[in-house]
Amino acid sequence: MGFSPQLADIRFGCGLAPDVPSPASVPMMLDGLSGPDHMAQRFAVEDFDGFQARYQRMVLLHRQKREAANQADQAPLQDEITEIWMKTREEEVRWYGQILSRWRHSPNGFRERLVLFWKDHFTAMGKVGILRLGTQPYVESAIRPNVAGSFADLLIAAVTHPVMLQYLDQNVSAGPNSHAVAVKKRKGVGLNENLAREVLELHTLGVNGPYAQQDVRALAKLFTGMTFNTTGEFRFAKGMAEPGAQQVLGARYGGAKPQQARVLAVLRDLAVHPATAAHIAHKLAVHFVSDTPPPALVDDLTAAYLRSDGDLMTVYAVLLGHPDAWRPEPANVKPAFDYVASACRALGVEPQMLFDQAVRKARFRLQFPMAAMGQNWLRPSGPNGWPEEDDAWITPQGLSARIRWAMSVPRLLGSDLPEPADFVDTALGPFANDRVRFAASAAETRTEGVGLVLSSPAFQRR
Amino acid sequence: MLTRRAFLTRSALIGCSAAASPLLTPVSFAAAPWDTRLVVIILRGGMDGIDVVQPYGDPQYPGLRATLAGGPKAGALDLDGFYALHPKLAPLMPLWRAGDLGFVHAVSTPYRHKRSHFDGQDLLEAGTTSLGAQRDGWLNRMLQTVPGVERTTAFALGSGDLKVLQGAAPVADWSPEAELQMSPQAMRLTGLLMQEDPLFRDALDEALVLSGADPEQMQALANADLFQDNQMMEAPMMDGDAAMQMSVPRNIGRNGHVKIAEFAAQQLRDASRVASFSLTGWDSHNRQINTLGKALERLSECILALQTGLGQAIWGKTAILAMTEFGRTVRENGTQGTDHGTGGVMLMAGGAIRGGQVHGIWPGLAEADLFERRDLMPTGDVRAAAGWVMRGLTGLDRAVIEQTVFPGLDLGQNPGLIL
Repeated sequence: MGFSPQLADIRFGCGLAPDVPSPASVPMMLDGLSGPDHMAQRFAVEDFDGFQARYQRMVLLHRQKREAANQADQAPLQDEITEIWMKTREEEVRWYGQILSRWRHSPNGFRERLVLFWKDHFTAMGKVGILRLGTQPYVESAIRPNVAGSFADLLIAAVTHPVMLQYLDQNVSAGPNSHAVAVKKRKGVGLNENLAREVLELHTLGVNGPYAQQDVRALAKLFTGMTFNTTGEFRFAKGMAEPGAQQVLGARYGGAKPQQARVLAVLRDLAVHPATAAHIAHKLAVHFVSDTPPPALVDDLTAAYLRSDGDLMTVYAVLLGHPDAWRPEPANVKPAFDYVASACRALGVEPQMLFDQAVRKARFRLQFPMAAMGQNWLRPSGPNGWPEEDDAWITPQGLSARIRWAMSVPRLLGSDLPEPADFVDTALGPFANDRVRFAASAAETRTEGVGLVLSSPAFQRR
Repeated sequence: MLTRRAFLTRSALIGCSAAASPLLTPVSFAAAPWDTRLVVIILRGGMDGIDVVQPYGDPQYPGLRATLAGGPKAGALDLDGFYALHPKLAPLMPLWRAGDLGFVHAVSTPYRHKRSHFDGQDLLEAGTTSLGAQRDGWLNRMLQTVPGVERTTAFALGSGDLKVLQGAAPVADWSPEAELQMSPQAMRLTGLLMQEDPLFRDALDEALVLSGADPEQMQALANADLFQDNQMMEAPMMDGDAAMQMSVPRNIGRNGHVKIAEFAAQQLRDASRVASFSLTGWDSHNRQINTLGKALERLSECILALQTGLGQAIWGKTAILAMTEFGRTVRENGTQGTDHGTGGVMLMAGGAIRGGQVHGIWPGLAEADLFERRDLMPTGDVRAAAGWVMRGLTGLDRAVIEQTVFPGLDLGQNPGLIL
């Protein structure tokens, strides 16, 4: 079995929708990645340039508050700080609604899927101050525009981003012989291996990759100097950078004077390393095809990655053209977001309208239940992101939350529930089976009928 | 449509699944690796140890805190002439007198300087010396070291992440608000749907049992022949929602902590040996008297719910540990609160612990005694305290604790935390 439009939408896209046609061919899916980003234009999310304005204002307010003579002078500053926090928090919820709307309406869901895949691969979140709310803008600026280019560009955009630098402590890492440590003796500043380790273990070579602790340490020294300034922009701080060359995986980087170029050089080399190729190929196959992907698929993806020096379009073309990617049986379990979003799509509801009308209600119906399903949006528990394994999602608690959501929320989403018997085909397409048809027709209420379709393993897998 | 014959066969299979479900099979006590119970409560936000167990006997103490001045004169409960207990923990005083409540003061994780909740909690739950070294939690690593651990030996409760229990050892996760209540018909049909997929089938069975479904009723439902019930099949679909309405899944409500504690007790009375959950609300930068007071009320309610739920016999072999990512500044700040600090206090409760005393070495509050001239100086590693409790409860080898559970930790001398 090869390509079919419905399977393309289910396995590689956002699921079936009653009013959005499925992609007609693999070339169409690929073309959709390089063309204009209609969904991002229609359902806008603040990019990081926009977010920097909030950051700069907060930096200024905090400075003025520190310098204020007394509590009376501090009060209006504190009021504005609180107001910015509250507004930005609300914005973050709306951004979630926009992402959901992109999933609901996209004619080429493959792009949305890739954005989530790479966002998870480069998991980052702000840890301090208003930057804690800058994760979605980070994705919008560093990840989304780079999903169809070269892996090296994507890697550099993510690893040098202020949100990533703060998340993995790079902004406080200084070389032991740097000016900051050796001359100025700055306290609380020293070499921090966090980002270097995760770049090797998670972002490039993979945990079983051919690197040793000395490579981690050398890379950490090369990374010193990467930080961001009070405008929220990347800055290479020479005073924190470790002088001298370093050896990573046997290659020498950097000279006597530390420069940002050494960071870019080592990242470009890591991006095209054979271990990186194998790691990325395996991850893509696991994410899109199966927890235990066919070895032939992984091998072909690895080869495509290597011969194209990590050109992602080449790799995607091999993935979508591979017979192993189109096995007709439903395979991977959808993560919680994908589950909720694909249900909204199948139901034909309008998330944007819900978030515009009553942000609080929309949040209770569409965002909070995801936490009960095991996915606290934008806040995975570590830099390794959300799990891929089916059994990490289908736990008693996780499954219970999904069933409860399916049976209680759809009727509250602002449009009439479909006829369960028809909904089986709308939602499942080729995955519809007699068991689901029977359950949908035997349910006592429309709510339960629709809930049962959405609860079925056939809908929860893809 | 399925044929009648095919359906009968599959209905029979549902029966098998219910019988095979691990939760429907009674677990013998002998199968569990040990008989004592351990409950770990993670207090998120940084609990102010100095306000919870107040060192009113320290000469520096009165000058450090204005609105937060404690001690017996301010309504705190004297413990031993040096320390006094925050008044909001008064409901626990009977436990203190019975020797079932104790504390370890001036402890911390190895986390220093940066005072971020995020990293502090990660390190507390990882149980390591530095971050990034290990992705699993220390409580899970403890389970990895003993044979006979089954899926219900340990419970991670509540809907948030609980990294302390994450890892390779099997752990059941559940939150009382995940309870699945369905109309009998919906339950039957859901069971039928999941039947084709063992992963979903087993998870559903467990969810129903954890939701309090009667196993016998489940069995009966599973065995029912859906096809013989013609009326049901042909019943016209109701347009309204006359049938049982399910509630939207959401974060746990105001009394969630008590429900979690009650659920934990219920499991621990049975085959479970370890339970963990977290309580939030300890980040008391402003008006600490309110924030900390409410958080302590919740903690106290949890402990009492566990005591009641466990019953006297099990309570006697139980240790509850409540620990936080860091303590708070010794000085009160400008907004009647305290800021992120370092050394803090660990609470212990249960019949298995040596209570009625405040363990640990008091470092003093003079400026020179403080960590970075602002925080309580840690004189002990909270992991060592937890390690000794673990050793006392399970007999785990010292080497296993120092190398596997808390890699790189020196347990030091036995502080005698377990009876």
